[in-house]
Amino acid sequence: MTLTAFAFYVFAITVVTSGLFVVVSKNPVHSVLWLILSFLSSAGLFVLLGAEFVAMLLVIVYVGAVAVLFLFVVMMLDVDFAELKAEMAKYVPLALLIGVVLLMQLGMVLGTWTSSEAAMDLRGAVAPAIEGTHNTAALGRLIYDDYIYLFQAAGLILLVAMIGAIVLTLRHRPNIKRQNVMAQMHRDPAKAMELKDMKPGQGL
Amino acid sequence: MEDLLREYLPILVFLGLAVGLGVVLILAAVILAVRNPDPEKVSAYECGFNAFDDARMKFDVRFYLVAILFIIFDLEIAFLFPWAVAFKDVGLVGFWSMIVFLGVLTIGFAYEWKKGALEWE
Repeated sequence: MTLTAFAFYVFAITVVTSGLFVVVSKNPVHSVLWLILSFLSSAGLFVLLGAEFVAMLLVIVYVGAVAVLFLFVVMMLDVDFAELKAEMAKYVPLALLIGVVLLMQLGMVLGTWTSSEAAMDLRGAVAPAIEGTHNTAALGRLIYDDYIYLFQAAGLILLVAMIGAIVLTLRHRPNIKRQNVMAQMHRDPAKAMELKDMKPGQGL
Repeated sequence: MEDLLREYLPILVFLGLAVGLGVVLILAAVILAVRNPDPEKVSAYECGFNAFDDARMKFDVRFYLVAILFIIFDLEIAFLFPWAVAFKDVGLVGFWSMIVFLGVLTIGFAYEWKKGALEWE
């Protein structure tokens, strides 16, 4: 067995096992930590495929940012574990039903799946050969020219996400003193304080 | 392909060493350390007085807002990176499409600045 195959099996087993633990672990915080492990090992799988840029992106965006977001969500919920466990038994039949339906749908999709004859050629023609160019450069040549509409749509989606997050969560509390930098800088020291000459023994 | 993977071999070795060292340290703590627990030792320590609250408290939603705004600009940088690497090849269309992309996100940035989403009150 070559080292590549060995690394593939190690990463693949880690992805599947940690994915399983995401589902079965009782504590949601532990679930998120297992999720981070599965993200990291799938980054390893991407490296084995030769997709370096995607692998590094997975580490930066998913492990660095999305996982933190998940942790925030988990910590924002007021999780009472004992109550969760008690509620769980009530929903198991429904969850099983939904799971079976989803499994059947997946089976139906995969059963009728056929790929076009030209699909492999099209896939090969889109990107330059791996040996010829660097991974990131190959992506860069494609995204901004050939897929310009999708790229602009991605920008608009990010804008919508930004505005949506602000509209949904930003609440300004009234009666809070905020720092006004311009007012602070334009204060005149001569007007801000006043010197009084006080005689001893006399009031103001 | 093989060359590319060979460049990653040191990282794999490093990963193996890191995992091995972590396992060894945890196992050493399990096997070697003296364990003699009593209720006072295992209770939560809260700076000199008895713990009076659960650690599972709700966070303010504003932490979430900061995190999501960070992610959006993180993704923007992720798009910027291949553009910079392939800068000589992208041509004029690629250049201006990135400028428009950045312009759209600058609109969002101006919006959140004006709204005061970047301020902590």
